[in-house]
Amino acid sequence: MSTQLLSERAAVRRRSARARLIAALGPGTMFAGVAWAFLQPYRLTLLHPVGQGFWWLAVEPPLLVVLAGVVFALFVAPSVIEDLEAHQDRR
Amino acid sequence: MEPRAEFVHWMFATGFLLLGLCLLAEAIVGTEVWRRRAWRAYLWPGLLFTMGVLMWPVMVFFTNSAIHMLAHGSWAEVLMLAGAAELGLVRGKLHSRYWRLTMTLAFVLSATALLVHEQNGWFFARAAFLHHALGWTLIVAAVFPLVGVFRPRSLLLNSGFALTFVVVAFLLFCDRDVAPVFGHLSSVAGTPHR
Repeated sequence: MSTQLLSERAAVRRRSARARLIAALGPGTMFAGVAWAFLQPYRLTLLHPVGQGFWWLAVEPPLLVVLAGVVFALFVAPSVIEDLEAHQDRR
Repeated sequence: MEPRAEFVHWMFATGFLLLGLCLLAEAIVGTEVWRRRAWRAYLWPGLLFTMGVLMWPVMVFFTNSAIHMLAHGSWAEVLMLAGAAELGLVRGKLHSRYWRLTMTLAFVLSATALLVHEQNGWFFARAAFLHHALGWTLIVAAVFPLVGVFRPRSLLLNSGFALTFVVVAFLLFCDRDVAPVFGHLSSVAGTPHR
């Protein structure tokens, strides 16, 4: 196998690794939020909502981390991957 | 009905986390691909600017001393300045790459405000620890946008810049109004709540 072909294949692998990395950012963030919820369940007021005020129910840090991951995964990452792959195909 | 300070810190932490994710994605794919869609080019500078705008009501409603108010006011100003400079660069209204130094200025001024307005030592309470940690993090991380002005394509610098916002988000999420840090809590810090 020629050196050029090998280097081209390595380049393709590198590029697809980038797309995978972008795709993993959102789920990775969501996983961090879920892991945090398991580590500190008392920070999830939804688990014991009786008698809690509005802010304790509305702002729960592990859920905010999951939310950030969901927003990124749903609204940002797909278009970035699409454009990245289009850019790679053109090269 | 007014939220406690810690809630506001957590909401800003969410904003910084989103900012970090967007910047990390831009660092990974490169600016050329990131800016292929106009809305995405404006996304993180717009978010930065919006967070600066939202810092003003925080300054008005959540500060209980002059130095505290000045610190929040300075964060509002530098967030808006850095965000506006980036928006101007994306839009093409600004051309000089040196406008990116506004981000370095934002880091250094924010760090100075954090360190100066925290009057207590590292282990007074968790909030004090986080002020010091945030301040020194931003001082050290200011090297990323500073050197990034001259090496805008550097993956290392761009990733470091992005991860700085993730670290800032992490530290802000750790904040509590009154809580111990590594088992230390001053007897004059107040009574911790849930």
